[in-house]
Amino acid sequence: MSLILPRRTFLGGVGTAALAAGLPRAVLAGAPTDKRFVFITLRGAMDGLNVVPPYADPNYAALRGQIAIARPGTAGGATDLNGFFGLHPALSDIAPWYKEGALLPIHAVASPYRNRSHFDGQDVLENGTTTPLETSVGWLNRTLSTMGASNRLLGLAVGLTVPLSLQGPVQVASWAPSKLPEPDTSFLSAIQYLYQSDTILAPALADGIDQEQTDNQTIGKGTGSTAGSGKYDDQTILANAAGKLLADPNGPRIAVLDAEGWDTHVRQGAATGRLADALGGLSATLVALRSALGPVWNQTVIVMATEFGRTAHANGTGGTDHGTATATLLAGGAILGGKVLGSWPGLTEDKLYQGRDLMPTTDLRAVIKTVLRNHLGVSQSQLESTVFPNSAAARPIAGIIA
Amino acid sequence: MRDFKAATVAVTRFGFGAAPGELNAIAGDPRGWLKQQLIAPDPVVNGTPSSVKLAAYFKAQQQKATDPAGTQAFMSQMRDGFKNDIVQRTIAAAASATPFRERLVQFWSNHFTVSIQRSFVIPVATGFENEAIRPHTLGSFKDMLRAVAMHPAMLLYLDNAESVGPDSKAGLRRDKGLNENLAREMLELHTLGVNGGYSQTDVTEFANILTGWSVAKLGEPNAGSFLYRTDCHEPGSKTLLGRVYPDAGMDEGLAALEDLAARPQTATHIATKLACHFVADQPPQSAIDKLAVTFTNTGGDLRAVALALVDLPQIWSQPLTKIKTPNDLVTSVYRTFGIDDDSFEHAIGGLKMMGQTPFDALSPAGWPDTAADWISSEAVMIRVQWALAAGQKLGGSADPRTAALGSIGPLASERTMAEIGNAPSPGQALAFLIASPEFQRR
Repeated sequence: MSLILPRRTFLGGVGTAALAAGLPRAVLAGAPTDKRFVFITLRGAMDGLNVVPPYADPNYAALRGQIAIARPGTAGGATDLNGFFGLHPALSDIAPWYKEGALLPIHAVASPYRNRSHFDGQDVLENGTTTPLETSVGWLNRTLSTMGASNRLLGLAVGLTVPLSLQGPVQVASWAPSKLPEPDTSFLSAIQYLYQSDTILAPALADGIDQEQTDNQTIGKGTGSTAGSGKYDDQTILANAAGKLLADPNGPRIAVLDAEGWDTHVRQGAATGRLADALGGLSATLVALRSALGPVWNQTVIVMATEFGRTAHANGTGGTDHGTATATLLAGGAILGGKVLGSWPGLTEDKLYQGRDLMPTTDLRAVIKTVLRNHLGVSQSQLESTVFPNSAAARPIAGIIA
Repeated sequence: MRDFKAATVAVTRFGFGAAPGELNAIAGDPRGWLKQQLIAPDPVVNGTPSSVKLAAYFKAQQQKATDPAGTQAFMSQMRDGFKNDIVQRTIAAAASATPFRERLVQFWSNHFTVSIQRSFVIPVATGFENEAIRPHTLGSFKDMLRAVAMHPAMLLYLDNAESVGPDSKAGLRRDKGLNENLAREMLELHTLGVNGGYSQTDVTEFANILTGWSVAKLGEPNAGSFLYRTDCHEPGSKTLLGRVYPDAGMDEGLAALEDLAARPQTATHIATKLACHFVADQPPQSAIDKLAVTFTNTGGDLRAVALALVDLPQIWSQPLTKIKTPNDLVTSVYRTFGIDDDSFEHAIGGLKMMGQTPFDALSPAGWPDTAADWISSEAVMIRVQWALAAGQKLGGSADPRTAALGSIGPLASERTMAEIGNAPSPGQALAFLIASPEFQRR
């Protein structure tokens, strides 16, 4: 459940959703789609040039120096994708997905945001407009508003908070592990009574109680209380829960996860280092998600996107500073993977954005709009009017979804 | 006239909730009680200096290859030490005789976030707060800004320690160069704000100005302390925000920080954050303006700004506008009920589960400060679960109705008081109190 009122204005189209949320639940129908969509927010500005290294670009190795990813076939080298681009070695667990057609990198992608603040960049990435703080309704919440009324929550935030991309008038579920004993229903009813006139706590609690039972049935009671010893346990617990909830025929259809650790100003490393660590977490997340989704994997599209990329040059401290374009990764059984999309701008000085960053050639909104239209069935007019206003120039891209 | 409502606002909005008997003790003059806290000097917090702890950390890292077991033991001790540090910090806030000042310390420490997401921050997080923030909480903003910019924890956390001027002696000698992380975040987060009118060129120039601001390594004198490295400083004059800083080594940075502290954009940025923290998630412009004017007119005197907060009418006329962060909630439970040795795990576990282990913010922007950031369906369930566990743990240690009157006092609704009165056990009664909207807000 999201609670905030818009900071500035509502965008068109959300009024319908607000109305739907206020209707008695029993009169509403089931889910409008069998498809599943997962958005992974890579917070901190992921360095696309090392995640999907253009190892065959004549300028790549020199720009990157010590942190360049080695060519395929050499020690610590990239996994070759298409003879020009490779995949970072820390993603070797999911590299086979590329051959399978379940992994699709798109290069030189950027949101409309052109400055270099993490926080404003993430705001634009999630609010789906061209301006930071333009609205506090996220583009995924607006997507939900186009999907028609439902008798349950179709959006799922994985973690304690609802990220901006999912915030808005359409209520969404959230899930996080808890080690605390669960209160009995009489205690919860008493708390509901206490919260009756609290406009923030009451709706959140009502949704929390609704979800609790379903979650326990779907994920298994007490999930998260069994701490493992794996390096990426925190991430895989969340991914596993997300996968199981999404796999449930009566569960959510859209889920959002966060992945952190991308702000690699120093010791970014090449085959190992801070970027490799972050990618290890992302890889573990994807593997756990796929396993928990089971057969539903074939109906799933995962989009992984970050607020902006990093400087084309390595900086002076074995890392990279805030940049512009980057790579976006798509995964899932429902994509036409096994190729690298995007128009490669090159890395010569004159081709770099402001002489320092990878030049954006694909608007991230074009990628997402294609997925929403071809996968979730959102109409082109709803995409233009409601989900991504003022994005008409970001045309759908062929070859992403069957 | 004794004003219990104002007393409740004073302890919850400005402090960490009511200690037993506190509402009664301050009801005669709640504003005076707050202002009194701003007169007394901040007590010096003794402890091992950050530089010493950092040097030990460097040493353990250096021995990683030759003595992996020793390094592992050090890291595990370091994590235990951190747990103890944050327990002590929570106790200090819960038990403080000057809770308003303590909240200000935490506000500023969050404004200038260093995070244990980078492991070298673990041993020095509380040291940073006590050394760079606490002494300046009632002093001047520019002094705090300078202390922060010179503190080894910040120089390492935002990577400036390694930044080298490309044309400096060290830059020409080695394959080393600029890192703009600290410069950008100081402009965006610490001073001007993201819309404060700076460009990428300003970021780069400020990074050049700050080259050489570093931390002494092992083998250098005073390892772990601030060290200005002349040979890493970018030569030549620099231009930041239209102002030219002639080649002057470290003095360039000192002058630039002073200028940044005095910019009107900084006053507005700070005033907006303070108003969001103390007035409401979306504070009235009049409150922001009042604080910004005070900041500007006093040259960034943080005591004067704190006094202006106390005098904001909006705070007193609208109680309970803010949802407590997990840290506020946990600290206020232990302020109201007392904390004992058995409670530490519960307190720290609660902070972790509710998503706010102190000094563990995910980014240099620090912890967010609005209800939307902290309340989701899942977050509320965990708050309610934690309230139940806390109530059951504390049950019998306090009379529930007395605790309610002494904490949320005149702000308690009839409904809340009735539920507490009718609870099936003292533990559940306290759980109702802790979970109640009045206790979850400030």
